Amino acid sequence: MLSAGPTPKVPLDSWEFVITTETGAEYRWSWSELMALPQETPRVDIHCVTRWSKLGTTWQGVSLDTLLDGIDTDAAYVLAHSYGGYTTNLPLDDLRGGRAWVAHTFEGGDLPAEHGGPARLLVPHLYFWKSAKWVRGLRLLSADQPGFWETAGYHDYGDPWREQRYQGD
Amino acid sequence: MTDMSYLDGNMLDAPLRELFAVDLSGAVGRCENCGAVGPMGTLRVYSHAPGLIGRCPSCAQVMLRFVRSPNWARLDLRGTTFLQVPMPLDQPHPGPI
Repeated sequence: MLSAGPTPKVPLDSWEFVITTETGAEYRWSWSELMALPQETPRVDIHCVTRWSKLGTTWQGVSLDTLLDGIDTDAAYVLAHSYGGYTTNLPLDDLRGGRAWVAHTFEGGDLPAEHGGPARLLVPHLYFWKSAKWVRGLRLLSADQPGFWETAGYHDYGDPWREQRYQGD
Repeated sequence: MTDMSYLDGNMLDAPLRELFAVDLSGAVGRCENCGAVGPMGTLRVYSHAPGLIGRCPSCAQVMLRFVRSPNWARLDLRGTTFLQVPMPLDQPHPGPI
């Protein structure tokens, strides 16, 4: 379990998830609104940059396809941001196609705060630092903008199969 | 903000000794966010992460990020206004240098 700081405690009654487009339009979901959306139960392998993998993990959450549906954008990149201040960048296409979720349940139970609960980004085909814990929203961007670890030298994409740990890998 | 999963900043001495010719164990830094000035050894260091994160003991904002790859080391100090390092001159001097 990796963390860059103290674990934020986010009460569900004030939790929200916000997608902000490159033109400044905002799309917001409260916790109850998130729960009312169609839920998926992905079973996926996850890969940490510190060289461990965990196979066959089961999550529940809302697909980013569902959240992005109907949002008018020409953005190519996303900066995910979290309660507690963490950020990470990803190409928008990597959040589409059934490959990314806002996950709130892990192995049948509420996602514990130390693992990113109440909800975290789940993008299992990239290194797990891209799966932002305590996710609060996405900023859709025309140009790539490095996040917390990426500005410190980690890879902007982070493909575990190509071992893209550091910039230049 | 409840967890205590950090180390004290003195653990940074060894990783940073690779990077600096001066000994930073006695260094004092100023937090850009809250202005607190104190020994870098009092930072709260989160090491269970892809790199090392040093947070201000007063406001918890990030003052230092250190990433060591197989080929390079990167120190990001954007949350630190200054680092003051003990560096006595070899000879006493009477006035401004």
